[in-house]
Amino acid sequence: MIVELKGILTPYTEQAEALENLSEETDFIKDLQINSANLVDVVLDVEEKFGIEIDNDSMAKMLTVKAAIEIVETKLAESGR
Amino acid sequence: MNNRVVITGLGVVSPNGADLETFRNAIRNGVSGIKHDPELEKLQFSCQISGKPEIDAERLAQYFSPLELRGLESTGIIYGVIAAMDAWKDAGLLPINGDEPDWDSGSVFGTGTSGIDKFREAIYKVDALQVRKLGSTVVAQTMNSGVSAYLSGKLGLGNQVCTNSSACATGTESILMAFERIKTGRATRMLAGSTSDSGPYIWGGFDAIKVCTYKHNEDPEAGCRPMSQSASGFAPGSGAGALVLETLASALERGAHIYAEILGGHVNSGGQRGTGTMTAPNRTGVQRCITMALKEAGIEKQEVDVINAHLTATSKDVMEIENWVTALERRGTDFPYINSIKGMIGHCISAAGSIESVASVLQLAGDFIFPNINSEDLHPDIEKMVARERIPTICLNQQFNILAKASFGFGDVNACIIFKRYENG
Repeated sequence: MIVELKGILTPYTEQAEALENLSEETDFIKDLQINSANLVDVVLDVEEKFGIEIDNDSMAKMLTVKAAIEIVETKLAESGR
Repeated sequence: MNNRVVITGLGVVSPNGADLETFRNAIRNGVSGIKHDPELEKLQFSCQISGKPEIDAERLAQYFSPLELRGLESTGIIYGVIAAMDAWKDAGLLPINGDEPDWDSGSVFGTGTSGIDKFREAIYKVDALQVRKLGSTVVAQTMNSGVSAYLSGKLGLGNQVCTNSSACATGTESILMAFERIKTGRATRMLAGSTSDSGPYIWGGFDAIKVCTYKHNEDPEAGCRPMSQSASGFAPGSGAGALVLETLASALERGAHIYAEILGGHVNSGGQRGTGTMTAPNRTGVQRCITMALKEAGIEKQEVDVINAHLTATSKDVMEIENWVTALERRGTDFPYINSIKGMIGHCISAAGSIESVASVLQLAGDFIFPNINSEDLHPDIEKMVARERIPTICLNQQFNILAKASFGFGDVNACIIFKRYENG
């Protein structure tokens, strides 16, 4: 999943090194310096990629790769996949 | 403070030339940018011709990042950013790198609406209960000041950054607003201009009130006919024009190329009194705008060499000529040369004043007077007031000193600028 996330995040960051070394610990704002308005676009892209819907509370928590993976996995499980 | 203000950079995105050099050649040679518009035909518009600048993907990529281009539907922002960045570069200026903006440089960049296609898309999503899927750029693309906001970010402008709006006088007004800010010492440099979206959602309202021609769907280039007896309305157009204005002192210090000087100008409204309505001008207001512009510029009526007029190829052209004749107290062979670019590019709505000002400055700086096209069958009521030789139909190569540019808009608003040839002081 981290590879898929990397593809989604690529257009939103200019921090090539942090993107290259993307890990569960990577923080979208601190490490990738994604602007806060674009975080919304990241969430929409994740929804589209995985065919899920991310609620407002989950969206607010989705600030690191680790959180994103957990949220996606939870939503996929809820939808029975 | 009473700074002299000069023009040191130009940029333009026009239906007959989407960069300065192509545009200059096009206006010299009377090249039309009006084409049949399949989208307007499909939507059963009366008028199925239009003027749209051509910008390919390669050019877009020079001005916008791949991320910015995702979901970028605002043609007005695209045209405005390209014209303005070109003008900045033409003036020999660079975007600010680093954390400190340029506090002495700002922008007045006008528009009528912003991102009307993006707005349409957003409305459909909202009505389909998908507000959460709008994405992050709906506000930036549809707020009127979107174009100015994009520009300040790209260039690092730290002085006043705003968007003015006054219908078809927008672009001329924006230049005067920028001029005043520099003249009074509150900015050293201003990027002035205006832009207008393309497409059926911006042009539909004009089609509905029959001010666009529906008689030339088969011969688009002959469609927009300023001052012509057979004028039947304008072709809708779009694009952007941009000018870098700065103090003469700053321009000289930088060793910048100076295209022309702005002596002054005037904006007013006819108040929709007298002959004035929402859509028609109060002739007294127009005449007053012209005479006040001359007064503020400190020049005599007899000194005007060339008029770049508003002239929209409607029944109001005769009235506009009457207004110039009355205001300048000049007629026949004594009348200044007069031209309208709208025969070539149609009426670019909120972008008209700035594109036409770029054309005006190019003439002053390049010693030419561009030809009127589609004006061969001059309206007899105009010919009674102005000698034919003063309405050129071929490009005249000659040096001149003073050009008056005016724009008039819905709501009965007027704007007039006086440009002067610059010659080492």
